[in-house]
Amino acid sequence: MFIETRQLCKRFDDYEAAKDITFGVEQGKMAALLGPSGSGKTTILRMIAGLEQQDSGDILINGKNVNDVPAGERGIGFVFQNYALFRYMNVYDNIAFGLKVQKKSKAEIRARVTELIQLIGLVGLEKRYPNQLSGGQRQRVAFARAIAPGPSLLLLDEPFAAIDAKVRKELRVWLRDMIVQVGITSIFVTHDQEEALEVADDIIILNEGHIEQMGTPTEIYLHPQTPFVAQFAGNSSVVEGLPGFRGFEKLPKGQKILIRPEFVDAFKTDNLQMQPYADRAEDGVVTGISFRGSSLEVRLKVHGITLLTNRSLERREIRLGEHMNVFLHRVYCIEGERTQVVENELLKDISME
Amino acid sequence: MKQKRNRVIPGFGLTLGITVTMLSLLILLPLASVLIRSFELTPAEFWETITRSNVVGAFQTSILCALIAAAINCVFGLILAWILERYEFPGKRLIDGMIELPFALPTAVAGITLAKMYSDQGVLGQALSRIGIQGSYSRVGLVIALVFVGIPFVVRSIQPVLRKLPPSCEEAALMLGASRGFTFRHVILPELTPALLTGFGLALARGIGEYGSVIYISGNSSKNSTQVVSYVIMQKLNSGSADYVGAAAIALVLLAISFLLMFLLNLVQWFAARRTR
Amino acid sequence: MKQTKKARLSAGQIALIVIGVLFFAVMLVWPLVEVLYRALKGGWALYWSAVTAKTTLSALRVTLLAAVIALLVDTFFALAASWLLTKFEFRGKSVLTTLIDIPFSISPVIAGLAFIMMFGRSGLATPVVNWFNDTFGTDIALVFSIPGVVLATIFVTFPYVLRELLPAMNLQGCAEEEAAALLGAGGFTIFRRVTLPHIKWPLIYGMVLCAARAFGEFGAVYAVSKARGETFTLPLEVDALYMSGGAEAITQAFAVSSLLVLLALVMLILKNIAEWRAKKSY
Repeated sequence: MFIETRQLCKRFDDYEAAKDITFGVEQGKMAALLGPSGSGKTTILRMIAGLEQQDSGDILINGKNVNDVPAGERGIGFVFQNYALFRYMNVYDNIAFGLKVQKKSKAEIRARVTELIQLIGLVGLEKRYPNQLSGGQRQRVAFARAIAPGPSLLLLDEPFAAIDAKVRKELRVWLRDMIVQVGITSIFVTHDQEEALEVADDIIILNEGHIEQMGTPTEIYLHPQTPFVAQFAGNSSVVEGLPGFRGFEKLPKGQKILIRPEFVDAFKTDNLQMQPYADRAEDGVVTGISFRGSSLEVRLKVHGITLLTNRSLERREIRLGEHMNVFLHRVYCIEGERTQVVENELLKDISME
Repeated sequence: MKQKRNRVIPGFGLTLGITVTMLSLLILLPLASVLIRSFELTPAEFWETITRSNVVGAFQTSILCALIAAAINCVFGLILAWILERYEFPGKRLIDGMIELPFALPTAVAGITLAKMYSDQGVLGQALSRIGIQGSYSRVGLVIALVFVGIPFVVRSIQPVLRKLPPSCEEAALMLGASRGFTFRHVILPELTPALLTGFGLALARGIGEYGSVIYISGNSSKNSTQVVSYVIMQKLNSGSADYVGAAAIALVLLAISFLLMFLLNLVQWFAARRTR
Repeated sequence: MKQTKKARLSAGQIALIVIGVLFFAVMLVWPLVEVLYRALKGGWALYWSAVTAKTTLSALRVTLLAAVIALLVDTFFALAASWLLTKFEFRGKSVLTTLIDIPFSISPVIAGLAFIMMFGRSGLATPVVNWFNDTFGTDIALVFSIPGVVLATIFVTFPYVLRELLPAMNLQGCAEEEAAALLGAGGFTIFRRVTLPHIKWPLIYGMVLCAARAFGEFGAVYAVSKARGETFTLPLEVDALYMSGGAEAITQAFAVSSLLVLLALVMLILKNIAEWRAKKSY
C-alpha cells in the first residue's frame, strides 16, 4: 500500500466526521471516497492532506508515518473543490507558485511550467487570469498547479462539482487519462456514484463517518454488502415483500427488498427473444414513462408494486396503460445491516430448457 | 431597455425629485456658493491668498500628517481586522463593538482629551518626552489625533473582505509548501489591497479636512508648522475683518486637493481590481 | 464543512493579538478613561455644577434639537434616494451617487463656510431671505442662529443613513417589489409592506450612526454658531470652557465631555444591537 490510514477518528463538536477509518491505496491507483454530503469524505481527505488534525489514528505514506509532518511537507498535491486558484496571479504564476516556494531557479521553473501548460493543453493562455477562464480550464490549471512540485500523492475534493454537466463527462475522461499518464497515486472525493464507478480503480463508500464497503467498481456494483451501498450504487427501489411473484415464493412476508432496474425485464407477449420468459413473467401496467437521455425509464405496476426499468430507445414504442410482461431476474434481500442476492428460482428451469 | 423593464415599480419620478431637490438645496448649492464667492477675487489676488507662506505651510502639514496617519492606520487597521476575524481571544467581541468609538465620540472631546493625554501633564506625554518626543503641540500630536479618527475606516473596510476570503486559498498555498509569511505576501495581501486602499482613502480624506480633533493637540503654530488648513480657514472666518472671500479661496483649493486625491485613489483601485472583474 | 479554530496559537499569533489589543487599549480605551478621570478630578460638586450649568443645559437642548431634525431629514432623504438608486436604472446614476457622498470627503469647516457664503452677510441667498422676511414680517436668520446649526449638522451627516441602507436594499433586490406592483399594490403600500420589514434593522443602524455623528459635529457648527448659551451645542460648550483656560474651566470642559461620552457609548451599544439584529434577519 502506498497510502494507508489506520483507525482515523475525528470529532467536531456535535458530530463524528470519521469513525475508525482504515483503508489503503496501492501505488499508481486511483481511489474514490464516495458518499452523500455529511458522510465525512471531505474530512478524511483533509486529514490525509494535513489540513485537518485527526483525533486519533495514523496516516502512512510510503510506509512512513506522517502524523506530525505539516501539510506542505507531506508531498501531496491538492485540488480544491472550487479550485482555489489565486485570483491575482495569471495561469503561469499559479502553476509556478509551488516551484517558487521551493526556490527553484527561474530557468527550471520556466521549463516545468511550460511543460505542464503543454500537458494540460492551455498553450497561449499563460497570461490569462482565473476569471478569464472557463470552469474546465480552471480545473486544468488547478490540476497542473497541484502536480507542479512533483507530489507523490494527489488528492482531489469533488473535482467536477463546479462544472456543467455537459463538460463534466469530457473532463472526467481527461483527468483520468492525465493521472494515468503522470502515473500518480490519487484519491478523489465525490458524491456522484456514476463518477466513482466510471473513474476509480477502487471505491471506498462512506456513510455517517464510517466505511460501508471497499472494493473495485464491479464488486461494489454486483455485490453490495449493506443496504446503504445497495441503494447508493445504482438507481433502485425498495419494497416490502414480493407477494404474487412466481420464483420468489420462499421470501418471507414483509421482507425488505431492493430492486435494481437492470434486473427488471419488461417485454411484449409477441417478443420472440423473450419467449422462454414469457410464461413465467408477471403482468404489469405501464404507469409512467420518462425520458432519460439515452434511454427511457419506465414505471410499471405489478401486483400492486411499482417497479422501474430502463428501456432502450431502439425498441418498440410503448404507451401509458399498456400491459407488458415483467420478469424479475434477481433482487437484494435486506437483513439488518447486510444484503444478500436472491435469484429468481424459475431461472433454473429456463436454463435447463 | 433596462430602464423600461424596471418601471414596473412605481415611484421613480417622486424619489428622483426628492433626491435631486434635497441634494441640490442642502449640499450642492452651498458648495457652489463657495466656488462663486471665491471668484470675486482677481486671479492675482486668488494666487496671492493661497500662496501665502502660512497657507502653503498649512497645506503641507495637513497633507503630510494625513498621509502618515493613514499609513499608520493601514498597518494597525490590518492587524486589528486580522485578529478580530482570525483568532479567538478574550475581549474580542468588546473590541469589535468599540471600533466605531472614534465615529461616535465627538471630535472636540477626543481633541481636548488627546491634547491632555499627550501633553507634559499627561502620562503618555511624559513617557514620550522621556524618549525625546514632544507629543501635544507638535506634528506628532497631530498625527496621533488623525490616527484616532481614522482607524475605524481601515478596520471596517478590511473586515468584510477578510471574512469572505475563502480559506481554501490559504490552504492551497499551504499545500504547495508556502510559509505563512509567503502566503500572506503573495496570496492574502493582493486580495486585501483594494479594501486597504479604500480604507486608506477614507482615512486620508477625513484627515486632510479634520478640524475638531486636531486643533487642541496641534498647538496651531504657524512657526512650528502645526497649523492645518481647516484651522486657517476658520481663523479667517473668525478674525475681526472676517475675510470670507479669502476663506473661500483656500477652501476651494482644499476641495480640489481632496477630489484629486480621491480620483487618484479610485484610479489605483480600478487598476488593482481590473484583473478580477 | 465545519472547522475547528486552532485552539493553540503560535507565538507570532499571540504577538499580533498583543499588538492589536495594546493599540486598541492605548488609542481608544485610554482616552475614554482619561475623560472620566479628568471630569471627576475636581470632585462631584464641581462636576455636578458643570453638568447642570445653564449654558450646558441650553447646549444640550440645541444639540438634541439639531440631531433630531438632521436625523429626520437624513432618514427621509435616505429612504427616497435608496429607493431611487436600487430600484431603477437611469443615466447619471453614478454621478448622483458620487455627489451624495461629497460630505464624507469634505472638511466640516468647508460645510460651515458654505452656509455663511449662502446666507451670511452679503451671502448669495441673503436677498431671498431678506425679501421673505420683509414680505411676511418674519425675522428668520439662517446663520449664527439655530437654523444655521441645524443646516450645518444636516450637511455633514447627510449621506450617513443612506450609506448603511444601500447595501441592504441592494441585497433585497427588486423581485418582491415587482411582484407586489404587478399585483396592483401602490408605491407606499409596497414600501411599507414589502420593503420596510427587510430593511428595518439596517435602517436603524444607519440612523444610530447618523445620530452619533450629529451629536458630535464640531467644525461645521463652530463656523455658524457664535452665541454661547443660545446657539451653542455641547461640543461648542466644551470648546468654550476648555479655551477659557482656567484649571477649573478645563475640568468643567471634561465634565461636559463626559455627557457626550455617555451619549457616544449609548450610541455604540444601540449600533451593536442594530447590527446584530440586522445580521440575524438575513
